Amino acid sequence: MGLTISRAVQWSSDGDQLENSPLNNDILTEILLFTEGFEDRHPQEASIPFCEPLQWNTSLEAADFTSDIYNTRGESAVSLECDDKGRPLLQLSPPAITVHSFYHLSNLLKLSKDKKMKEVWACLEGELLCMHSLLYYCFWLLSCIFVVCVLLPREGRLSPAAVNTEVDLLKRENRVLKSVHYTSDYVFSNGCRSPPWRQMEGEICSLIIETCDTEPTLFITCNTSGVFLNEVRKLINGEGVENSSMTKSEVYKDIVTLLKNQSPHFAAAADEQDFAIQDVPSAKKILHVETVDVEETGQTLKSYDHEEKNVPEKLAWNKPGSRNKKLEPSLKWKNLGLTSRESKKSPGPASENKKKANFSGSSLPGSDDFSESSSEDEEDEEKPERRAEIPTDLPSEYWQIQKLVKYLKGANQTATVIVLCTLRDFNLVQETCQLAIRDVGGLEVLINLLDTDDIRCNIGSLKILREISCNSLIRQTIADLGGLQTMVSILDTPVKELKCLAAETIANVAKFRRARRTVRQYGGIKRLVELLDCLPDSVSLSAEQERDADVARCGALALWSCSKSTRNKESIRQAGGIPLLARLLKSSQKNMLIPVVGTLQECASEKSYRIAIQTEGMIEDLVKNLSCDNQELQMHCASAIFKCAEDKHTRDLVRQYDGLKPLVMLLNKAENKQLLAATTGAIWKCSISLENVAKFQEYRALEILVGLLKDQPEEVLVNVVGALGECAQISENLATIRKSGGIQPLVKLLSGTNQALLVNVTKAVGACATDPENMPIIDRLDGVRLLWSLLKNPSPDVQASAAWAICPCIENAKDAGEMVRSFVGGLELIVNLLKSQNKDVLASVCAAIAKIAKDVENLAVISDHGVVPMLANLTNTVDDKLRRYLAEAIACCCMWGSNCVSFGEAGAVAPLVHYLHSKDPLVHQATARALFELSKDPNNCITMHENGVVKLLLIMIGSTDAILQEAAASCVANIRCLALANDKAKNG
Amino acid sequence: MQKMSAMNRKLIQNLAETLCKQVKHFDKRETECLIRLFSGLLGEQAERRAAHGLDRVRFRNILHNTFGMTDDMMMDSVFRAFDKDNDTYISVKEWVEGLSVFLRGALDEKIKFCFDVYNLHGDGYISREEMLQMLKDSLIRQPTEEDPDEGIKDIVEIALKKMDHDHDGKVSYSDFEKTVKDENLLLEAFGNCLPDAKSVLAFEQHAFQEPHGH
Repeated sequence: MGLTISRAVQWSSDGDQLENSPLNNDILTEILLFTEGFEDRHPQEASIPFCEPLQWNTSLEAADFTSDIYNTRGESAVSLECDDKGRPLLQLSPPAITVHSFYHLSNLLKLSKDKKMKEVWACLEGELLCMHSLLYYCFWLLSCIFVVCVLLPREGRLSPAAVNTEVDLLKRENRVLKSVHYTSDYVFSNGCRSPPWRQMEGEICSLIIETCDTEPTLFITCNTSGVFLNEVRKLINGEGVENSSMTKSEVYKDIVTLLKNQSPHFAAAADEQDFAIQDVPSAKKILHVETVDVEETGQTLKSYDHEEKNVPEKLAWNKPGSRNKKLEPSLKWKNLGLTSRESKKSPGPASENKKKANFSGSSLPGSDDFSESSSEDEEDEEKPERRAEIPTDLPSEYWQIQKLVKYLKGANQTATVIVLCTLRDFNLVQETCQLAIRDVGGLEVLINLLDTDDIRCNIGSLKILREISCNSLIRQTIADLGGLQTMVSILDTPVKELKCLAAETIANVAKFRRARRTVRQYGGIKRLVELLDCLPDSVSLSAEQERDADVARCGALALWSCSKSTRNKESIRQAGGIPLLARLLKSSQKNMLIPVVGTLQECASEKSYRIAIQTEGMIEDLVKNLSCDNQELQMHCASAIFKCAEDKHTRDLVRQYDGLKPLVMLLNKAENKQLLAATTGAIWKCSISLENVAKFQEYRALEILVGLLKDQPEEVLVNVVGALGECAQISENLATIRKSGGIQPLVKLLSGTNQALLVNVTKAVGACATDPENMPIIDRLDGVRLLWSLLKNPSPDVQASAAWAICPCIENAKDAGEMVRSFVGGLELIVNLLKSQNKDVLASVCAAIAKIAKDVENLAVISDHGVVPMLANLTNTVDDKLRRYLAEAIACCCMWGSNCVSFGEAGAVAPLVHYLHSKDPLVHQATARALFELSKDPNNCITMHENGVVKLLLIMIGSTDAILQEAAASCVANIRCLALANDKAKNG
Repeated sequence: MQKMSAMNRKLIQNLAETLCKQVKHFDKRETECLIRLFSGLLGEQAERRAAHGLDRVRFRNILHNTFGMTDDMMMDSVFRAFDKDNDTYISVKEWVEGLSVFLRGALDEKIKFCFDVYNLHGDGYISREEMLQMLKDSLIRQPTEEDPDEGIKDIVEIALKKMDHDHDGKVSYSDFEKTVKDENLLLEAFGNCLPDAKSVLAFEQHAFQEPHGH
């Protein structure tokens, strides 16, 4: 606490003197007055000696110590009073002075008369400067009290004044509490009631409160840090609690909160009153409450009192817990014949349906609940109620809105419209206003108004709901109250304005899973799709057609929200939404295009949509809008192309409609990261086609892409690197990447952790390594080692991609064998990957082993690691890709020692012969080479012959592939030699 | 009788010819139908009054039965808005002109019409008192409150605050016009005085069908 003072006082710039500032003077005066009066007020405490004395250089002299409790000797003076060790409690040996108790400190100040201030100053300076010697007891006590009375109100913690006001209010509310008493009637000058030694711990006062329902009474302590219950009564009751000290229960921020937690009765009463007390606790607000809010507070209390007395169940409206109560239209409405369409609608069916839906969701496997698309991570999931505590300061709007909602509950349609229009004048984007409506049951009323036949009331209500549904809590409540069902049924209305509003509100509410499901289950998707049916905009539209277009726009907005659920995508398709969306895509209105393209790109995660986007001719429009001037629209278009361009024909279409250039142009808008991610994604997928790569070369896309390898978010990097990897299919691009400085950032990315990124980076680096000029750079940057270490990555995709990339590295590196050997444990690692279950990993590792085996020393090492039986083990595969690389690996591994024989013994020969039945010519070549190598062992020749290899090889000899021809012929020759030798042996 | 009716028809046609040029939204045939409807309604009235036109009671019946209006005061006000010359009867001209706005009026015309209806005292302003009178039944009274009308008064203040753009404590025509143009929902701010789409459709179908026997 001493620290608090040292922080509060202002030091001069050189840091060892107190500044002569007004604040410091104030603090000093406080301390002075406090210290001086301490002895009189608390004689007992004043005489307690300090653990460590206060010491400073005084200006007092022995002559100043005129009192008879001091003994003066020459220049020095000592007090007659000594501590238990015999040290005098005050000792002056000029200029130093030592003081051991408040009593003497107090006395000293009295003696120093006009030098008082100077003494305190010197004392503080001396003490604060050397914190270590600081006055354990003294300053603690001093600063505690100081903090309570001076600093606390500024820090917004609990203050005596705040507690006082709150207690006064509670005393007035004798209806909810039986009694409220302080334990002590004596008030200290600082406003506290607790004795000083308790004040030291921040205590302000203790209260005894009798509530209507807790047993028997609550003993409460108000501390500066909060309010808590004393568990001391347990001790009194003698329940065997041994700890004799008072234990703190949970600390609350004010008395009302504590009472609410302790007494359900009080909580209920406080909730229904929306207590005026809630304005009080924060110490800062006290003034405000007393001056500004006093009238309003009084008013609300009064009106609620009336309500409570006369219509008891009405109170439930104000309780957050009683949302289920369906409000009936007022009697007047009924008399007017204007009762709601379903005014008799009991809460039954809706809640039953809801229950059923939830039930089916949780119990039936494969039900529609959680079949959501991947794109929903950005949406808001349902959050738990967040406003458990009462907000401490509510603006006047809150009360005004509360009043209006109250009127709304008892108004006919004329007054309803007036009130609704007035509510709209509030800033409904502000959370306070949104929650004000919700807190007083306004959402129930608004949703109930949707059920009436009065169009103006429907419109007015929807206009408000549309605004406030941007708040996720409001969205959830609307869904809970069955608002979505009503809005879906409103979509059938002939009134276009109403249709628009309902659709827009659905668009806002359907931002979370359960709401989207509700929309679907109540037939909303079909109705929303129907809204899309309007003429695509032509040059001139009649007013009516424009309204139709607006309806379609709102429908698209709602579908966009709904399309984040996989099931809804399917429903939209089934309802015939795709051709309608295709037609709207011809529009030139951006506000129409954004939701339409947004929906399409969302749905493009489904194959059926990707096909439809291609076949319905939407690529052309998507490409066209890439060149518009709205970044959001451009982003959705690029994103749709990104998702669709997996398909070759789509990629060709993008090129044919000249979509590649605008994509490259969009790369310049690098500041919009979402747009950049979508654009680079589209470029990546488009560059899978070589014709497109040529176009990108022409537009100098590679240079720009290389520039994007630094300082970009991962979702951009994945796509950029993916695009570079695809572009690297054309060898001249490899030089471009090198020349524009792309290799270094690429290799650097190898040390990342994002798996999608690593797959692409390894691929790109591998592609770069195929250029002999690139390889030294990669080697110098230690790229091969990084690639090799990625073989340890848990993701098979990364493993495979890394192994593929290693192949060209080994092929092109100088002293590749030496390099590979230098990776400690590297060879064992890669051989062990032959145990993988993943076909692609196996194929890639076989390919890498084939390259490694070209170095005889390394081949020896991998042979020691058991590569032969492991390869032989894989030979039964039917996967052509694996067969090809496996055959290559076997061919290469035969070169060492007895490997050739071992393959035969391990049963690898017969399956290899069958590879020649494969339809893949690449498999044939690799297999023929392997067989040729294996045929150097007579036993293998016999096995081959038994498996009918000669006939198959004779066909291969007729191939146009020279390598295959030669390998096949050589193999036959070996078999023939063996046969001849055999004959010779027999005959000769 | 045959001759009379023929002559009558001739008369009606001539009248329709003139009137349809004066009103915006009806063609000649529709005007003719409306005139015929008017004379039909007159026929039911006592001979003596028929000379002046439709009286208040009969007109209110139409408003109530055909257009579903229920508020007595509003119906009287609508009657006054139709009765431009203030002679307590609606002449055939007033009938056709009034219905033109009532059924098919553009927003501007409807604003004017509604303002006339709400301008109970005919002084060109809607005052606090007029609002109070029109809104007096718009809220459930809390009989226990000290002043049961407190809520209504508050609503009046709210409405006034929303509409009184020039801050003179009353709503002028331009105040009203601006308010409604900003927020169409406030066209019928002080009570239902226009028919809803459904009853307009029903009325027109009934009135404009081809007359029988011709």
